[in-house]
Amino acid sequence: MTERVIQVDALARVEGEGALYVRLNGPEVEKVEFRIFEPPRFFEAFLRGRDAHETPDITSRICGICPIAYIMSACQSIEQAMAVTISPEIDDLRRLIYCGEWIQSHTLHAAMLHAPDFLGLDDAIQIAQSNPELVKKALRLKKVGNSVMECIGGRAVHPVNTRVGGFYRAPDPGAVHALIPELNWGAEAARELALQFAGFDFPDDEYDYHFVSLIHPDRYPIIEGRIGSNRGLDIAVEDFNAHFREDHVAHSTALQGRMRDGSSYLVGPLARYANNFDRLTPACQATAREAGLGPIVRNPFKSILVRLIEVQYACEEAARLARAYVPPDPSFVPTEPRAGEGHACTEAPRGICYHNYRVDAQGRIEHAQIVPPTSQNQPQIEADLARVVAQSLDLSDKDLKWRCEQTIRNYDPCISCSTHFLKLTVDRV
Amino acid sequence: MSDGAGSLPLIIGIGNRFRRDDGVGPWVAETLQNAGRQVHIHAGDGTALLDLFAVHGDIILIDATKSGAAPGDLVSIDARSAPLHADMFHYSTHRFGLAEAVETARALDLLPARLWVYGIEGQDFGAGIGLSERVERTARELVSTLAADPADDA
Repeated sequence: MTERVIQVDALARVEGEGALYVRLNGPEVEKVEFRIFEPPRFFEAFLRGRDAHETPDITSRICGICPIAYIMSACQSIEQAMAVTISPEIDDLRRLIYCGEWIQSHTLHAAMLHAPDFLGLDDAIQIAQSNPELVKKALRLKKVGNSVMECIGGRAVHPVNTRVGGFYRAPDPGAVHALIPELNWGAEAARELALQFAGFDFPDDEYDYHFVSLIHPDRYPIIEGRIGSNRGLDIAVEDFNAHFREDHVAHSTALQGRMRDGSSYLVGPLARYANNFDRLTPACQATAREAGLGPIVRNPFKSILVRLIEVQYACEEAARLARAYVPPDPSFVPTEPRAGEGHACTEAPRGICYHNYRVDAQGRIEHAQIVPPTSQNQPQIEADLARVVAQSLDLSDKDLKWRCEQTIRNYDPCISCSTHFLKLTVDRV
Repeated sequence: MSDGAGSLPLIIGIGNRFRRDDGVGPWVAETLQNAGRQVHIHAGDGTALLDLFAVHGDIILIDATKSGAAPGDLVSIDARSAPLHADMFHYSTHRFGLAEAVETARALDLLPARLWVYGIEGQDFGAGIGLSERVERTARELVSTLAADPADDA
């Protein structure tokens, strides 16, 4: 047998740090391990005993890219535990700021971090040298998202205006309406980028994924809906733990999400898109068709296109919400300490982010469970790598390494969220 | 190195104050802010730095380094005349940090007219607040230098 050893000491263009080990014995892929060895950060443990109102601000610190996902899942879960119902105006404002997070997170990944893989370039700096207009457009588009977050949340990273029950202060209508022209530009820019990137040479790969996302009868889901899948799953968020489990494996400090039967599943843009294509706007559906995409995309490398379609959607939706904006009055619903339990699930850019809290009569956290999207995607990332490596044995070690990294970046993994470094080792025995 | 009569460079402190010495940039910036200087604390990915480059012609960036130098060692770089190496700096979100932002801006011809980068070698990047002794000593010296006459050092 021929032994091949390929090693990448630090995977670039992902959030956080981890390692990948692939062992090949001739044509056999003997082992694939997506290794995360960042020490766990124990957020769930140190939430215990804290005032439940602190939960959104504490959990937002799990991630500097998608803090809104943590804030919103935490808020909704605590509000359910305390039997609080928020107003439609607060709900719309939450959806608006969440659109901002999708725009900035997806644009950063698709245009600056993932696109170099398809262009044969090392990084966004080289794109800037060869195609400066593309990078300028991406930077402006990302700024559109940051502007939404600043306007609603007070700042673009770790917003300070969000709270359990709503917002500390309702944003000024003039400031919200002022976002509309750039959001309109952003929708068109995202569409142009999607069509431009549709010309990339995508690896020929298809897989019959179990797509899991929120589903909603009327809206492309962001902060609302039941948990559903393309294989008939349709459950209330409260039933998450009855259908999903978290496994500890020796090679990862992040728990790995699986279905209760042990099978892997996929969360994120491909899943949202497949489960909710009909709820995209006609313009977004038109972009998908022009980009050559059907209502279900099973080639994981084309996730870059779906991300950009979701950016277009988020811009259109944010513009709609901004036009209709009515300042919530009051800006938040007061809460009283009350024993209870809450569950919430919202769509972080990388997929569903589930939170569950139990609160005591004094309003203190007794139990916390946070299931981020990258944790859930780990087993599917390993399955994708095994499949892609098996299909790519004729590649040189250098090219195989590149393909492995590209495969991982299909997921825009946020290792910091799942807990934080990526080294890649491929042994060919 | 002021931008013109009466104007001083914008001080940008980069890093995470909850990761010990990674917070040295924000520590310096906040200390200078208390002395009346215009500062910005930067968190998140590096692309937002390019937005600041677009509106400020004179900028000083302060970040923690992890280059293998002795803890507390200070390096100053005229970023307009020398490229930044990504391996030098500790801060990075999605591997798009200070060096990537500056080099992308260079490629796009978006660098401010004056851009100086100060790096202070960190010792402890673990979870927690507060700077290690040698890093704080250098940070205090840099504050004194920049507060006294920002034009001299850069």
